[in-house]
Amino acid sequence: MSKVILQVEDLRSYFFTRKGVVKAVDGISFYVDEGETFGIVGESACGKTVTALSILRLLPEPGGKIVSGKIILDGTNLVELSKKEMRKYRGKMISMILQDPMTSLNPVYTIGDQIAESVRLHQGLRGEMVEQEVISALRLLKIPSPEVILRQYPFQMSGGMRQRVVGAIAMSCRPRLLIADEPTTALDATIQAQYMALFKDVQKKTNVAIIYITHDFGVIAQMCHRVAVMYAGKIVETATTRELFKAPKHPYTSALINSVPRLDRKDARLYSIEGQPPSLMDLPPGCRFAPRCPVVKPVCREQEPPEVGIGYGHSVSCWRAK
Amino acid sequence: MDATRVMDWEKVGGGVRRKRIISRLTFTIPSAVLFILVVTAIFAPLLAPYPPDQIALLDRLMPPAFVEGGSTAHLLGTDLIGRDILSRVIYGARISLSVSLLVILITASIGTGLGIISGYLGGRTDAFLMRVTDISLAFPAILIALLFAAILGPSYWTVVLAISLLGWAPYARLIRGEALRLREADFVAQARIIGTSPGRIMVRHIFPNIMNPLIIMATLSVGFVILTEAALSYLGAGIPPPTASWGNMVSDGRNLIDTAWWISLFPGIAIGLVVLSGNFLGDWLRDKMDPRLRQI
Repeated sequence: MSKVILQVEDLRSYFFTRKGVVKAVDGISFYVDEGETFGIVGESACGKTVTALSILRLLPEPGGKIVSGKIILDGTNLVELSKKEMRKYRGKMISMILQDPMTSLNPVYTIGDQIAESVRLHQGLRGEMVEQEVISALRLLKIPSPEVILRQYPFQMSGGMRQRVVGAIAMSCRPRLLIADEPTTALDATIQAQYMALFKDVQKKTNVAIIYITHDFGVIAQMCHRVAVMYAGKIVETATTRELFKAPKHPYTSALINSVPRLDRKDARLYSIEGQPPSLMDLPPGCRFAPRCPVVKPVCREQEPPEVGIGYGHSVSCWRAK
Repeated sequence: MDATRVMDWEKVGGGVRRKRIISRLTFTIPSAVLFILVVTAIFAPLLAPYPPDQIALLDRLMPPAFVEGGSTAHLLGTDLIGRDILSRVIYGARISLSVSLLVILITASIGTGLGIISGYLGGRTDAFLMRVTDISLAFPAILIALLFAAILGPSYWTVVLAISLLGWAPYARLIRGEALRLREADFVAQARIIGTSPGRIMVRHIFPNIMNPLIIMATLSVGFVILTEAALSYLGAGIPPPTASWGNMVSDGRNLIDTAWWISLFPGIAIGLVVLSGNFLGDWLRDKMDPRLRQI
């Protein structure tokens, strides 16, 4: 029924620093279908944002580099594109929403101007046509009275409204893939819920594929069809959201789910995972989670576990999984 | 009835109204001063009572009209060789204002361009451009200007070029710092995300956001330019006599400051007025350009 829009194969993005090589993303593979929301979840510094920036080819330079792998968007390998060709994809085919709506709009331009920039750039429209597109983008994000809003400046709006505007910029050219990097983290809880509902609606209308990056399992449960759990630059488990919550196979996934506070259990203390994630410059041999793993085996410390498929859409990298 | 109305208004909007009045004054007074000076410069031949370089040895060192011994024939007095100070101040406005304007336009454009490129692109481009800037800053400006004047001979354009030659470096430094900060701004990342090219980002997203420091720097440098011109004139490398510029008039009066103070004072006041007006206007412009303050 649905078609694969993005296929990432064995992506490795490293940062070359004076102190050494930081393997921020180290061989990850996943795919995203049209009209699907794919979640990437993990602790801070596990490579979620670097994955997003790699797909957009916007790793910070100098230093950040895609070392190997393929990023195939609708049949085109983005890694092979020139900088100029890549610019034509950004905004038009792929777009991204950043975390903080307070800083991601240019303070000196009106909302209309900022949405129009993308429209002019990619659709070659001029004059009144541009304004129509801008208004339609604002409508898509359910921004009230768009004709008024488009003449306002960012400082005149609330955080929630600004984040909708950021969404309108991202969706203005109706991209096929939208990357949302913790778009609701800076918003308060009620606005957060509204925003997520809004995006489900946008997705229904445009059939856009969304990669939703977050560290919040609650958000994952609400938004995503499928989820990848990242740990220290690798995907340790991929499954449908339902399956992941019902039967997590990787000890890290179970530990993460266990460390979410729950209303239906009266544990004295909230579960937390012992230790710290490894330094991405100096990774342990074998499984990266082994030093913190409660069910570690000798083999885990020696060899990296292969990714094994275990049933429909569920795969895991763990020596214990069968 | 009317009184209560006024009181209410004072209660509710007094602060805002006061701000508005101050804001209007900081715009009207300095722009009126600058406007008058510019008009004076343009219509100098019509306004000046005497030709600026008409020598009248019999009337030399005459004090201003309002001082004992002064005459209404020379409202602001005369200098060592009897030239009318008022006429020279009026004609001097032409030179001093146009030199400032030209130098500021040239230095601000070069400095801003290089600063943005340096700060945004970073890496080797930045390292190279900043070393060039350092070298420029290390040279004493007066010395270079002197050298320049020696090669080309003192003239109006020599002064403009000589001051511009090194004057761009502080702009480049300042703007580079701003560009460096803005490069990391989320809205610049957002621009990259929608596929904006680096050139367009520099022009459309970085440049408008550095207007504030740029304008402040430009208005502050009015004084620097006029004074540098004066220093050059003093050293014989500035606007060549007998052409009047405020700078060389101040220098002319230096030796007689305790007796014939009016020779230096009046061009000095003119310089002060321009510099102050520039600063006030700069502040006003900065507030205007900040969209957050635009409402008030």
